[in-house]
Amino acid sequence: MKKLIPYFAAAGLLIFIAIFADFLTPFDPYAQDLEGALSPPNSVNFLGTDRYGRDVLSRVIVGSQTTLCASLLLLATISSFGSLIGAICGYSGGRLDVFLMRISDIFLAFPQMVFAIAAAGALGGGLLNAAAALAIIGWPKYARISRGLVLSIRSMPYLNAAKMAGSSSTKILFAHVMPNIAGPVLVTAALDIGTIIMELAGLSFLGLGAMPPTAEWGAMMNNGRSMLQTAPWVILAPGTAIFITVATFNLLGDKLRDYLGGQR
Amino acid sequence: MKKYFLSRLIQLVPILFGITFLTFGMMQFAATDAVDIIYEQSGSVSEEIKAAKRAELGLDQSFLIQYGRWLGGVLSGDMGRSFISGKLVFETFVDKLPATIELMLVSILLTIFVATPLGILSAVNQNRPLDYLIRGLSFVGNSMPNFFAGLLLIYFLALKLNLLPIMSGAENLSSVIMPALTLTIAMGAKYTRQIRAVVLEELDKPYVTGARSRGVDEFTILTKSVLRSTLIMIITLLALSMGSLLGGTAIVETIFMWDGVGKMAVDAILMRDYPLIQAYVVWMAIIYVLMNLAADLLYHWLDPRVRYGEMS
Repeated sequence: MKKLIPYFAAAGLLIFIAIFADFLTPFDPYAQDLEGALSPPNSVNFLGTDRYGRDVLSRVIVGSQTTLCASLLLLATISSFGSLIGAICGYSGGRLDVFLMRISDIFLAFPQMVFAIAAAGALGGGLLNAAAALAIIGWPKYARISRGLVLSIRSMPYLNAAKMAGSSSTKILFAHVMPNIAGPVLVTAALDIGTIIMELAGLSFLGLGAMPPTAEWGAMMNNGRSMLQTAPWVILAPGTAIFITVATFNLLGDKLRDYLGGQR
Repeated sequence: MKKYFLSRLIQLVPILFGITFLTFGMMQFAATDAVDIIYEQSGSVSEEIKAAKRAELGLDQSFLIQYGRWLGGVLSGDMGRSFISGKLVFETFVDKLPATIELMLVSILLTIFVATPLGILSAVNQNRPLDYLIRGLSFVGNSMPNFFAGLLLIYFLALKLNLLPIMSGAENLSSVIMPALTLTIAMGAKYTRQIRAVVLEELDKPYVTGARSRGVDEFTILTKSVLRSTLIMIITLLALSMGSLLGGTAIVETIFMWDGVGKMAVDAILMRDYPLIQAYVVWMAIIYVLMNLAADLLYHWLDPRVRYGEMS
């Protein structure tokens, strides 16, 4: 457990920055200053300014709120919703199980990002729609995993005992089944954070996610694309931010898996 | 054997039906439609003209009727016409598909030729500096979004070093290098890691010890035995990564102005050109399933155990 602390600390720091982003920015991330547009990194604007003269560092910090918070919320939603569906399927079985699993099969047999691009586009863009598109294609994976886990514990004595003690199915599901499948689901979710961040930023990069002037890493990179030669810092800053964030959460996920995997 | 492939193809039907129904349904929630975007440039256009255009494109009908019409068309081999260009969707698609397939094939080949040796080198040198270096590189590649990797490649290879053209058509061979390399970074990183794991496992098996004790040199063991037995795994992993490759092409084609179906789809989405978006979804599903089938076929060809297992 001790070995995990630095990774949790690094991820915690990123989340801290994201939550308190508004207090940490040196400048107003939306304040335009056309005379100081596209100035390279200097002692005032550490990461330079973009084409509207907005401070890139402030935008990267505020962008972490958009990108990271949206990704984490999205992941929390699909992993809890997906695993709940899976748990219900595994626990109740029968027709409901067959029906829901057929639906999840359809999604699992389709390339995730392709669907997300088409769906986000169909819904008409915007961060919320991009997240919705990723959610629609993302939950079946968790349903599959948790269903398998539930099937493996379904005939455990403690579940039978709870049933005999008169607990309702709902209570058994939430009090006994869900806590016992939480571990592997959490590891899957932790390993998924990086992918979700990249996909959400990717949709914004294509113009299908966060809309300008919102400070979001993918959208910032999209805006800076045409100025790659003259003002590379406009792209390098948010790009590096995505890379560092994804790398941190990937490391955390890897270590968490090793730790929990070694336990079993 | 035949039965198996037939059943795999039949599985395509509910997938196609479900996914197209869903995307069609979602288009109903969009705030703007193709007509709004067509007339956006021409300033204020009276609502009557817009309504007439909607009626012409069938957008005034209810969603189920629209979907039914589209489905009927597809079943009779007609994918409709693009709202924007008015060209046949099928023709537009067939026009752009070769460029995407070229990009995908080059990136797959690049991935195999880069990741396999790196993975083996990493496994053979387990926990030595070279292993750490390769693992570090693959970690970096794995955490790098492909749009960032692509832009970095443009910045360094094209703008700073002037080595490669930034963008040009599919007919120019050197222009495929950068987009393919971008796709290879992410795929190759994942691959190197997995091949390392597979080779490590294989090196622990008795036949390797046996070969070593017979005095067979390490290189021969690696190339003649280990590589051959890991081949199946390599193909399985390839088939699994097809999905992210297909998604990746959309982003990479957009960055590099590569005139393939991915870029076409993104452009179509920004213009709300529904028939093209639907065609993209349908074709991606078909390509994805066919790619997986091809991987299955390769198994049969490469691994006698799969063949004999089926016969008995």
